[in-house]
Amino acid sequence: MHGAVQLNIHHVTRVEGHGNITVNVRDGEIEECRLEIVESPRFFEVMLQGRSYRDAAHITSRICGICSVGHTTASIRATESALGIEPTEQTLLLRKLILHGETLQSHILHIYFLAAPDFLGAPSVIPLARTHTDVVLRALRLKKLANDLCDLIGGRSVHPVAMMPGGFTSVPTIAGLQEVRARLEAAMADMVATAELFATLDIPKFERETEYISLKRPDEYAFYDGELYSSDTGIHPVSHYRRLTNEQVVQRSTAKHAHANRDSFAVGALARYNNNFDRLNPFAKEIADEMSLPVPCFNPFMTTAAQVVECAHAVADGIALIDELIGRGVQPEPLVQSARLDGQGIGAVEVPRGILYHDYQYADGRITRANCIIPTGQNVANIEADMRFLVPQILDKPEAEIAQNLEMLVRAYDPCISCSAHMLDVKFVGKSEGEQS
Amino acid sequence: MKPKVAFFSFSSCEGCQLQALNLEDQLLSLLDIIEIVNFREAIDDKLENYDIAFVEGSISRYSDIPELIKIRNTAKVLVAFGSCSSQAGINAIRNRLRPEEANAMVYGDRAAWVETGHAKGIDEFVKVDYYLNGCPMDRREFIRLVKAAASGIPFIIPKLPVCTECKLRGNVCILEDRNTLCLGAVTLGGCNAICPAYGHPCVGCRGILPDANIEGMAELLRHHGASDLEIEHLYAMYNYGRISLLTARAASR
Repeated sequence: MHGAVQLNIHHVTRVEGHGNITVNVRDGEIEECRLEIVESPRFFEVMLQGRSYRDAAHITSRICGICSVGHTTASIRATESALGIEPTEQTLLLRKLILHGETLQSHILHIYFLAAPDFLGAPSVIPLARTHTDVVLRALRLKKLANDLCDLIGGRSVHPVAMMPGGFTSVPTIAGLQEVRARLEAAMADMVATAELFATLDIPKFERETEYISLKRPDEYAFYDGELYSSDTGIHPVSHYRRLTNEQVVQRSTAKHAHANRDSFAVGALARYNNNFDRLNPFAKEIADEMSLPVPCFNPFMTTAAQVVECAHAVADGIALIDELIGRGVQPEPLVQSARLDGQGIGAVEVPRGILYHDYQYADGRITRANCIIPTGQNVANIEADMRFLVPQILDKPEAEIAQNLEMLVRAYDPCISCSAHMLDVKFVGKSEGEQS
Repeated sequence: MKPKVAFFSFSSCEGCQLQALNLEDQLLSLLDIIEIVNFREAIDDKLENYDIAFVEGSISRYSDIPELIKIRNTAKVLVAFGSCSSQAGINAIRNRLRPEEANAMVYGDRAAWVETGHAKGIDEFVKVDYYLNGCPMDRREFIRLVKAAASGIPFIIPKLPVCTECKLRGNVCILEDRNTLCLGAVTLGGCNAICPAYGHPCVGCRGILPDANIEGMAELLRHHGASDLEIEHLYAMYNYGRISLLTARAASR
């Protein structure tokens, strides 16, 4: 029906930050198909210059409200690696636990508040409170649990207070852990209900196989640390991260684009699920089965389903971590002090939207160079590749429907646009002429 | 009629909007007294007509100013939402460099593609009715403000320092007892001293009190072993605009 389509979606809603979609089709040929990041640049690189190792995580946490625990963790790990700080076993357990809290918080927000309205025919979660009261109450219950877990460990879910290089300035009480543990137990039923709800949704049939990149560990579903793994090229040491993230500045976008083995790659829940399915706990595998989610899965709209699986993993693993903490007892510990004041270190952490890298160079305990690579920045080129593949398949539909499909696709990646416009990287690896997309 | 509420964001992490979404227990009952008509992070509707506007983020490029002025002209009540909006917050750390320098540092030879300027609080451009300070803003204060604005009564934050609430909470003193540099004595309270309560010093995210003795505070920090650079960095975390005052006075001594 359409030989020509021209779409300009200004400020895509129900995503974090400001992004525009531009599609221009003439005579059935795509002339333009872009996701533009128009968020105001933040210049964290400049902010960090000369700051003490004690300030780095506090500042970089402010890159993003939604994944502030992830930024704090990546920042702390980069600093600890640079300055030779070995955190204690208790610290590692607490960090893994609070990361689960953030994964759960962020995924539940996306599944229920940002993505679900598309499938339930509502412009937001607000009208759903009347039409689907039990669904909204369940969403709020899970989200509150996730935030309370972060509050318990970090003092606050948005920009945690107690997390520092070398440990925690405050630790949770056993009673607090027991209270959250009981609610995590109860949340297992809510996760089953979430999977049942998802199984009823009409997810667009769309497949485009791509390169999936995530962290990988032999002994656990990697969130806190691990080696780099590409579904195309296998294992890489974290120190080679620039080869797997080649970032380029593109015009009309304050986020940089990335590629590894192909023109684009995907990070995030679906990439982790595809790469690390066998390391999921049994409860998470049950949930995947409930939603008939294949392994691997090449439908980016199913990222939301992979998030449901990861929520189940976070709930069940959260219980296991709390049991371990209660079993060994939780004691206030002094912060482990730095062994040196010079060095370089990388922190690679799986945050809700994919691998987050913080890379710092220190001299005399102060930052001389910093580089952060953000999951959404890594995904933008892949989102555009999906859009270019999807548009010809839906060209017959009315423009409003094409627009909605594209917004749903962008939203499925759960992009965090504030993050991607953090503008911290200063290196132009793989710079080439005329690369503007 | 329920007042119509809109949320907007400029240069920020959108964490204050997230704090509002994190009011799980109160969210549905808040919707009994207000109607949310514009909240890009969470809803599709974009109404051009609203009574109360919460504006998050700093202004750092000319192209953002017309939008801010439009919001001011539409809203009856304009709220600066969080540190970035109230006092340019953490964004202002970069103001020590000229915008062209900062741009060149990050974008190299492509700096010309990117428009930016110094980060500023929104009250440098429009009149602000209320401030919700903090990084992130405090959820209890947010509810108190929404209730006040919905009932047309003034919203007041007592001009007391963080130390007041810290003492009431029975916290160990970060500065005196742990010998860690803390700005609680000169920073606007209202946060219930959350950072000291979790063992972390106050770094001034709610803004330095207008009549605070910042020189005296600097002297006290020096007494606790702080170097001039450490004092500057501590003030610069959220209160870059106050440093020039500090250094000007020091120079005139």
